[in-house]
Amino acid sequence: MSSAYFLKRLLWALPTLFGVAVIVFVLVRVVPGDPIAMMLPPGATAEDVGRLRALYGLDAPIAKQFFAWMGDVLRGNFGTSISLREGVASLVLSRLPATLELVLVAVGIACVMACIGAIGAVMFRGRWPELAVDGFTGLALAIPDFLWGLLFVLVLGVLLPVLPISGRIDPTLDFNPATGFYLAEAALRLRGGVLLDLVKHILLPAFALALPLAAALTRVLKGSLIEAMNQDYVTLARAKGYSTAAVLWRVALRNALIPTVTLTGVQFSFLIGGTVLIEYLFSYPGIGNLAIAAVNQRDLPLIQGLILMFAVLFILANLVVDLAYSMLNPKVRQS
Amino acid sequence: MSALLDIRALDLRLAGQSARLLRQFSLAIEPGRIVGLVGESGAGKSMVGRVVLGIAPANARITGGSVMFDGRHITHLTAKERRHLLGREIAFIPQNPMTALNPVERIEPQITDVLRMHLGLERSAARERAATLLRDVHLRDAERVLRQYPHELSGGMRQRVLIAIAFACRPKLIIADEPTTALDVTVQKQILRLIREMQSQSGTAILFISHDFGVVAKLCDSIAVMHGGRILETAAAARIFSRPSHDYTRALLAATPRFDRPGETLRPVPAALAQRLADEARELDANMLAQP
Amino acid sequence: MKAALRNPRVIFGLVVLLMLVVAALAAPWLAPHDPLEQDLLNSFQRPGIAGGDHAYPLGTDSLGRDILARLIYGARPALIVAFVAALLAGLLGTALGLAAGYFGGKTDAAISRLVDVWMSFPSVLLCIVLAAVLGAGLHTVVIAIVIIDWTRFCRVVRAETLVQKSHDYVASAVTIGLRPMRILMSEILPNVAPLLLTLFTLEMGIAIVVEAILSFVGLSVASGVPTWGGIIQEGRLYVNQAWWLMGLPVACIIVAVLGLNALGDGLREALDPVKSR
Repeated sequence: MSSAYFLKRLLWALPTLFGVAVIVFVLVRVVPGDPIAMMLPPGATAEDVGRLRALYGLDAPIAKQFFAWMGDVLRGNFGTSISLREGVASLVLSRLPATLELVLVAVGIACVMACIGAIGAVMFRGRWPELAVDGFTGLALAIPDFLWGLLFVLVLGVLLPVLPISGRIDPTLDFNPATGFYLAEAALRLRGGVLLDLVKHILLPAFALALPLAAALTRVLKGSLIEAMNQDYVTLARAKGYSTAAVLWRVALRNALIPTVTLTGVQFSFLIGGTVLIEYLFSYPGIGNLAIAAVNQRDLPLIQGLILMFAVLFILANLVVDLAYSMLNPKVRQS
Repeated sequence: MSALLDIRALDLRLAGQSARLLRQFSLAIEPGRIVGLVGESGAGKSMVGRVVLGIAPANARITGGSVMFDGRHITHLTAKERRHLLGREIAFIPQNPMTALNPVERIEPQITDVLRMHLGLERSAARERAATLLRDVHLRDAERVLRQYPHELSGGMRQRVLIAIAFACRPKLIIADEPTTALDVTVQKQILRLIREMQSQSGTAILFISHDFGVVAKLCDSIAVMHGGRILETAAAARIFSRPSHDYTRALLAATPRFDRPGETLRPVPAALAQRLADEARELDANMLAQP
Repeated sequence: MKAALRNPRVIFGLVVLLMLVVAALAAPWLAPHDPLEQDLLNSFQRPGIAGGDHAYPLGTDSLGRDILARLIYGARPALIVAFVAALLAGLLGTALGLAAGYFGGKTDAAISRLVDVWMSFPSVLLCIVLAAVLGAGLHTVVIAIVIIDWTRFCRVVRAETLVQKSHDYVASAVTIGLRPMRILMSEILPNVAPLLLTLFTLEMGIAIVVEAILSFVGLSVASGVPTWGGIIQEGRLYVNQAWWLMGLPVACIIVAVLGLNALGDGLREALDPVKSR
């Protein structure tokens, strides 16, 4: 894989990012409804509204506003949050690690579940494990992550209170992380108790996010595995003396992952979008939760900054999917 | 001399279907010999190979007869016993070199896996041995080939790799399922010469499955002709060509283009003969059903 | 169509849909109480069917309002949003999809590009931003869903139109000089219709969830109107005291979503011309 290819992909993402910026900007300003009026308490005079408009530059023509904003953004100035009175960039970046950890854990869970589920179903075709896996994927695809989250809160948080349903870490724990990556830091600093608490907190939101992705992955992977099992190279592997399990794990899986990655790349970005609600539901302090707070406060600069951040995450996710694809497929890797 | 592979009166059918894939199929291969198994497509040639290897489709059922390898029954081995047999004592050369190698793996692990699994070689020793094997099959720059992916090799090169894999553990028997059919004619000749050469060095017995008399004629010690899942005639290679005893063999020979007689037109199997063979097959099936 | 009615999934889906419609239409007669009537002395009653006060079959919320009544009335916004949003998203997406698929070339390139950019958005976030900007209300929810989900219809209809266009009957309609509009309406649309029905059903399920999500984050209808998402949001606050407050509306939504999904999948199975032959 050449780095030139990656550079090209990154450059190609810039127009998309620009498009997102334009659309968000216009959306927030053009659709009916006045953010300034909503920011002020009832009974504010027209004069107050005018002053606030001028303060946020909202009285200028929209094109001028846009270029002023773009200019600031390009200089790394994303403005100041209206509700939290803090720089948007630092706010977003301080919350980003929490979301990244959540997304990575969820993707990890989804991948492990999909591999085990799909391989189990293919190993025991026509018997109960396959039926169980098919039933699970059908259910997990029909029910969106939000509802899974609610179900987990109910069942595992309240009815059988085995896991915490709110927050990221027990606030009474003595843990002063230097970075926002609590999980990674607790693991590196060998803080077993803290790590356990962090894992307990992240499990439910991560599973809620992971289930739909796991189901989509399982379904595609299972189909690809069945197809791979009919290939000549699998026949040869069996003739070499591989056991069924070894054929599946060591030969068929790598081949089946290629179409799986292609077909489920989109699902990966759905998962990132899903963090918004899931973080809110579990009071998990990431950028998704921040986004809902910003929307409820009509905090325009923060909303814009957050949407751009999400767009960046989406683009990165697509790059990761591309990278995974090219790592798996030697034909692409070498061209 | 006792036979290395001894298939006796084997009956095979698919679960839930009355038609048989193999009917009273018998074939013996002595150590170090090359036996050609010839027949038209659909005759059940490949199924014989798959039954010996134990990789027949899951719904295939052996309803009679036996398969002995090296003095052992091998039709009902446990999965573990079979794994010890395959790759080490019985190896396989598949038909299509373009699809038989794992496309996402380099060549090295695809050769060393059998060496490490069956001979217990260490990684570096296995690598050495793999390189030697590649040189044995006359691949230039063996070190480079080990690092390459299948899609970087030509069809002929891939078939050489597959032959190297088959001979890697010096098996007693190799099942070669139409190993030259997918290749063009010049490469075909080289591959046949290579198989002959490897065989004479290692003394491995080979069951060479083919639809092409021209190919088996050059290679095999003896030839078995099959049709409709059964053997019609077995004889030494020279004898089959000079004095075929079965009408079907004569028909097949007549349909084979001969390099020594160019321009000869191909004749299909006569309809009357085809009818007679079908009737015989039906009679065999009926006899089988009549048995208790 | 007869085949569809024999499909168990379709039957399950239709039963669920029928229950929703009946609940929404007959809410005033079905509900045992006024859904807005507060009774602070009777707050957090356990469900009557689980040993609580029999006057409240499914218990009461923090203000002593009857949950069964609120759930029944909650079917109204859910169903209205589901139907209207799916219909409008379907119309917009189908129109653009037909145009892209039939005319091809620059039209197709422009529309497809738009769909791509649209789909690279974090849709939930976009939806929430939209709802925030537009202000609370049912129309907001509908607009948000239409703006986000028209792409689902557009992509599928475009692909299907391309398939239909390659068929002989369309070619012959072109040769006898029918206008594009006629061909689209009389030749292509009827062939895309079964697919649209499936998509429409699935979209209704999605819309019910989106409505619940927006109610949950407080951006749907005014707080007076009972919605499933609103009850969930309130229930989340008291989940440790009265889990059923959140559990019951969650169950309603899950049943509705599973029913509509089953209906959509069942219809796809039953109406697929290849499979039903």
